[in-house]
Amino acid sequence: MVNLKVNIGDLCFKNPVLTASGTCGYGPELTDFFDVSRLGGIVVKGTTIEPREGNAYPRMAETPAGMLNAVGLQNKGIDYFEKHIYPEISLFDTHIIVNVNGSTIDDYVSLSERINRLDKIPAIELNISCPNVKRGGMIFGTNLDSARDVIRAVRAVYKKKLIVKLSPNVTNIVDFARVVEEEGADSVSLINTLLGMAVDVNKMKPVLSTVTGGLSGPAIKPVALRMVWQVAKAVKIPVIGMGGIMNATDAIEFFLAGASAVQIGTVTFIEPDAPVKILEGVEKYLSEKGVSDINEIIGYLIKQIK
Amino acid sequence: MTKRVDNLKVVSNKILTEDFCVLKLESDQKLPEFRPGQFVQVKADRSPGTFLRRPISVHDVDIENNTYSMLIQVLGKGTESLYKLKPGDYLNVLHPLGNAFSEPVMNGKIVLIGGGTGIAPLLFLGKYLKNKGFEIEYLLGFRNKSRVILVDEYSSVGKVHLTTEDGSIGEKGFVTHHSVLKSQKISMIYCCGPDPMMHAVADLCRKNSIICEVSLENLMACGFGICLCCIVDTTRGNVCTCTEGPVFNIKELKW
Repeated sequence: MVNLKVNIGDLCFKNPVLTASGTCGYGPELTDFFDVSRLGGIVVKGTTIEPREGNAYPRMAETPAGMLNAVGLQNKGIDYFEKHIYPEISLFDTHIIVNVNGSTIDDYVSLSERINRLDKIPAIELNISCPNVKRGGMIFGTNLDSARDVIRAVRAVYKKKLIVKLSPNVTNIVDFARVVEEEGADSVSLINTLLGMAVDVNKMKPVLSTVTGGLSGPAIKPVALRMVWQVAKAVKIPVIGMGGIMNATDAIEFFLAGASAVQIGTVTFIEPDAPVKILEGVEKYLSEKGVSDINEIIGYLIKQIK
Repeated sequence: MTKRVDNLKVVSNKILTEDFCVLKLESDQKLPEFRPGQFVQVKADRSPGTFLRRPISVHDVDIENNTYSMLIQVLGKGTESLYKLKPGDYLNVLHPLGNAFSEPVMNGKIVLIGGGTGIAPLLFLGKYLKNKGFEIEYLLGFRNKSRVILVDEYSSVGKVHLTTEDGSIGEKGFVTHHSVLKSQKISMIYCCGPDPMMHAVADLCRKNSIICEVSLENLMACGFGICLCCIVDTTRGNVCTCTEGPVFNIKELKW
C-alpha cells in the first residue's frame, strides 16, 4: 500500500490529485465518468458575491498544444451556490474548495466570510489571478502591495485553510509567493493561465471577444513547472501545482519539483476521467519505484539540487 | 442518458465529395440511445496537432445494427484526419451530448431546413418524425450544384426542395427565398446551418408566427458543460450550447 495522503497544515487530503477551478464545474458534471469522491479535492468554479454573465462569445480559441479562454468568471453568485449547489456537492466524500473572486477587497472579504460559515468547505482558493475580468482578478495578483492587502484582509476573516492562486503574468512569481506566506496563508497554488492572444486572419480580427485570454494546456507546462520549482524552494507553505498536466508523468514532475498536490485542468475537457486516471497512474508509479509514501518524492529535486 | 467515452470501429467511410464524407461507426457494446439533435465529441487521434475534440452531429442511427453515422466536412487538420479514416480504424468519441429537437405540437406542414454541413442532424430528425407519423419536407441550401450532397438519402424520408446560390440546381438564392416557404401554411421549422442562414430563417419564422427550433454550432472545448466557452445569450442569460442546446427554440434566443 502506498500512502497518498498529503497535508495542508492540519487539513489532510486523501490523495494529492484535485480538479482545477473552471475545469470541473462543481463536480456533478463529472460523475458520469468517474466517482469524484476518489479525488483528493474538487476546486469548484470561480465564485463571486453577485451572479455574473461572463464575457461575450467567442470565449475560446484552440492554440498549439493548448487553448485560450476568456470565460470571465461566469457564475450564479454565492446565494445560488449556497442554496442550490452546496447541498448536493457537500455529500461528496472529498474536500470541496471554493475559488473566491471579486472586483474589490470588500468583495473578497464578504465572500470569504460567507464561505467561512459553510461547514463542508474546509478551504478557499483566493483567485487573485483571473486574466479575464476588467476589475479585480489579475490586477490584485500582479501588484505586490495589492496582493498583500487582499490576502491580509481575507486572512483576518477567513478561519479555515487559505490557499492563494497566483498569476504567472509577473516578472518574479517568488516575490508574490513570499507575500502569500508572510500574510499567513496556508498554501499557494500556481499557475493560473498565461495571458495570450489569437488572431483570425480570414476575418482580420482577434478570435476572442475580449481580444486577450488565458492560455492553458500542455503548452504552458514547462513554465508552470519552473515556477512551482522556484516557489517551492522559496517558501515553507505547501505548494499546489498546476498548468498543462495531461497525465500521471506530468503530475509526478510537479511533485518532484516541489508540489504537495496538483490540480488537473484543461485535460478534463478532452478526457473527462483524466483526474482519476492520473491518480491511478501516480499510485502505480510510486509502487513500481518502491516508494511507500508520496511525501518522499515531494520536492525531491529540491533536496537533490542545491 | 449517461455520457461515456467509447472507442468505435469504422464500418464504412462513404466519400461524397473532396471535402465531405459519411462515417458509419459501430461499437462492441450497446450504443447509448440517441435522440435527434444530439451530438458527439470526436477525438482526432490521427492529427497530433489537434488538441480539442471536435463536436459532430449524429447524422443517422441504426439501432438494429448498433451503428450510427456522422457527416464530416473537412475544415481543418482534425476533420481531414477523420475524412481519411478507413473501415476497421477506431475513433474515440464522447457521447451522447446535448439536448434534442422537440416534437411538433401543431398539425400543419413541417419543414426541415439545412445548409451545408448543417444538414447533418436533419436526416436522423426526419426519420424520427416520419416514424412518429409526421409528414416532413426538406429545404436544403448549397452554394452550387457541385456542392449538393445526399439528396437521395433525404428524398427517401421526405420531399426535398433545393436552393443554390447560383441557381445551378433548384431555386436560385438563399433558403429563405424558396417558394415552398411562401406557398403553404407551415406550422414548424427545424433549422441547422451557417449562422446567417439560421438568423434569416428565425426572422422569417418570427414574422409568420412559425414555431422554429435551430441547432447551433458554437465553438466549444468540452461538450458537457464544464468549460463554459460555447455560451449563447438567451432569455435566461448566457447558457452553454452543449448542455442547454445545441437545439434552441428561437423564442429563447436573443438574436
